[in-house]
Amino acid sequence: MNVDSVERGLVIDHIAAGRSLEIYRILGLDKLDCCVAIIKNARSQKTGRKDIMKIEDRIDLDLDALGFLDPNITVNIIDGGTIVEKKKLRLPETVTDVIHCANPRCITSVEHGLPHVFHLADREKGIYRCAYCDQAHDRRKDQ
Amino acid sequence: MRHLISPMDLSVQETDQLLALADRIIADPKAYSHKCDGKKLATLFFEPSTRTRLSFEAAMLELGGQVLGFSSADSSSAAKGETVSDTARVVSCYADIIAMRHPKEGAATVAAAKATVPVINAGDGGHHHPTQTLTDLLTIHRLKGSFDGLTVGLCGDLKFGRTVHSLIKAMCRYQNVRFLLVSPPELRVPDYIRDDLVSGGFAFTEVERLEDAISDMDILYMTRVQRERFFNEEDYIRLRDSYILDSEKMKLAKPDMIVLHPLPRVNEIAAEVDDDPRAKYFEQALYGKYVRMALILKLLEVE
Ligand SMILES: [Zn+2]
Repeated sequence: MNVDSVERGLVIDHIAAGRSLEIYRILGLDKLDCCVAIIKNARSQKTGRKDIMKIEDRIDLDLDALGFLDPNITVNIIDGGTIVEKKKLRLPETVTDVIHCANPRCITSVEHGLPHVFHLADREKGIYRCAYCDQAHDRRKDQ
Repeated sequence: MRHLISPMDLSVQETDQLLALADRIIADPKAYSHKCDGKKLATLFFEPSTRTRLSFEAAMLELGGQVLGFSSADSSSAAKGETVSDTARVVSCYADIIAMRHPKEGAATVAAAKATVPVINAGDGGHHHPTQTLTDLLTIHRLKGSFDGLTVGLCGDLKFGRTVHSLIKAMCRYQNVRFLLVSPPELRVPDYIRDDLVSGGFAFTEVERLEDAISDMDILYMTRVQRERFFNEEDYIRLRDSYILDSEKMKLAKPDMIVLHPLPRVNEIAAEVDDDPRAKYFEQALYGKYVRMALILKLLEVE
């Protein structure tokens, strides 16, 4: 399958197969006016199958949120039909308002309007902890 | 401006300085009786804890300051739906320092983010209670002189007991401390505490019965085991007496061992032990007031 190549915009590559719609939703791409192509189950040399998203605009992506969702993703920035920058993602130190604390005893469960902040506690294991109650969030269980 | 949310917010050096300040207050309380003249402490207790609140209020009064606040959520603006964030902002206009207790974990973190005066966490659910840990440290410092080389026994519910977890973490910052952990199998310390002990290279032994370990202890820190925490009735009947400290078990202990307890005690220490000179839990409550005096002085930057 071949979708028109992007002239100016972003290509989000190496998304784990099957997760593109979730990322589309969490990053709020449904609210964009520009052309967005989602390619599911593309062939990949590295992982066999992958998803790809092409966005025909240089929007401001929340790279921390994206890195949290899947640190293996690469974001290619396209201008004049060529890649001008390749961004390798990594797990961010802090994520805000991407996940919510599951601890029913946490202050965030009763006080609305608080930012939901998590800090990276263990990069190797991908474990984040709630900035308020320290409850662990294991991101591997999301996948 | 500093807050105290978790016991680990203070470095070892800062903790030692705080204990040294408490020593100076104990040696000459009069010299500190006007240090906080004109200052106000707000005690915001969204759940009742009379003991902790009175300890804070006594500490501020002995420094010459004044106190205001509330002692339960239904007598406060929280009953009308005001958030912790807003309460912290408003109270910052009236007081120079805040001590807050709240049933939800992380509530003090929220208050500290919005307050414009120092916030002391006086307990946030089952999460942190740093002034209890400081109380325990001052008591050990006063009665044992040093933390190094001590054998610390912790007995009771080691799984859910937050005071126990905080004390272990705090003691792990000193040298050559050895732990004897006495609990039923289902109430042993959680994995993250055990991992800290292993990775820190601390010697620790887990035993089921207090009478098997008490003779090696320099400190015995008692907590309550609730019947409903046991998985089965059989274990409860077999083990329940092992977690009650009485005169018989005290006979097995060293002559200079000290018995501590965060209080309130229910039945885990028999009343007959109170008269034993090694029973130090009421003295511990007194040290709780002194360490809070030192903390208020430090956070108000008076000392
Ligand atoms: Zn939380």
